[in-house]
Amino acid sequence: MKNVVGFVGGIIFSIGLIISGMINPNFVIGFLDLFRDWDYALAFVMGGAVIVNIIAFPLIMKREPVCHDSHALPSSNTNITASLIIGSALFGLGWGLVGICPGPGIVNLVTLKSEAFLFVGAMIVGMAVYKKVFE
Amino acid sequence: MENFELPLLGGILIGVSSSIILLFLGRITGISGILASSVFDFSKGIESWKIFFIAGLIAGGVVLKITSPEFFDYEIPGSSLLVVVAGLLVGFGTRLGSGCTSGHGVCGLPRLSLRSLVATLTFMGVGILTVYVKGLL
Repeated sequence: MKNVVGFVGGIIFSIGLIISGMINPNFVIGFLDLFRDWDYALAFVMGGAVIVNIIAFPLIMKREPVCHDSHALPSSNTNITASLIIGSALFGLGWGLVGICPGPGIVNLVTLKSEAFLFVGAMIVGMAVYKKVFE
Repeated sequence: MENFELPLLGGILIGVSSSIILLFLGRITGISGILASSVFDFSKGIESWKIFFIAGLIAGGVVLKITSPEFFDYEIPGSSLLVVVAGLLVGFGTRLGSGCTSGHGVCGLPRLSLRSLVATLTFMGVGILTVYVKGLL
């Protein structure tokens, strides 16, 4: 059951990323180009997702998860660390360079474009480097 | 891209997906974390739904690639070297920063997490700055 939920959730998320335009790095770069010719359309992606969740999450959190005994959520929501800021800044730099974040990177593999494989491969290597150094 | 209907509809689907994951599994849909667990903790008996979620991302892509190829009609900009550098930064940065656009943005902001707000403002701000500076070169 948990695996079915994961699979269906992945499919819905994927369709959202594709039809919204988030998988197209040119749209993402247009969205991040705030000071020139800003393409605001992708603001509706984050906006739509956040509005759904801001309504749904509090209702969902009132009861235990259907398939688990308890919620497993990040323990601290207020501890602002150097790691959080430096890590997010490095992510933002990579995101701005080619316009791809992790979800769209994975979905872009289906295009069979060589850049998509280079990106996802390098992303996994970057994660491995973090694991080696910090864990 | 001039209309906002598809971005809004796509965003709603992303919200529905992450709400389904929270409702059934009690987990945050953070794709960088889900990917890292799927790759590195595979042998340690991780929560297997994560691997199925990644498989679902690919499966959804395969289906739409066949039924609606127009969504995939674009090129990925930049040289191979730039793509690799960006991938390394995204992989390392999302682990150090404990999340990406999905975990901090889509899920963290609705949870009113201060950490996620700071993370989202940071990666959006640096992303905007990066595109601006790149345009000057």
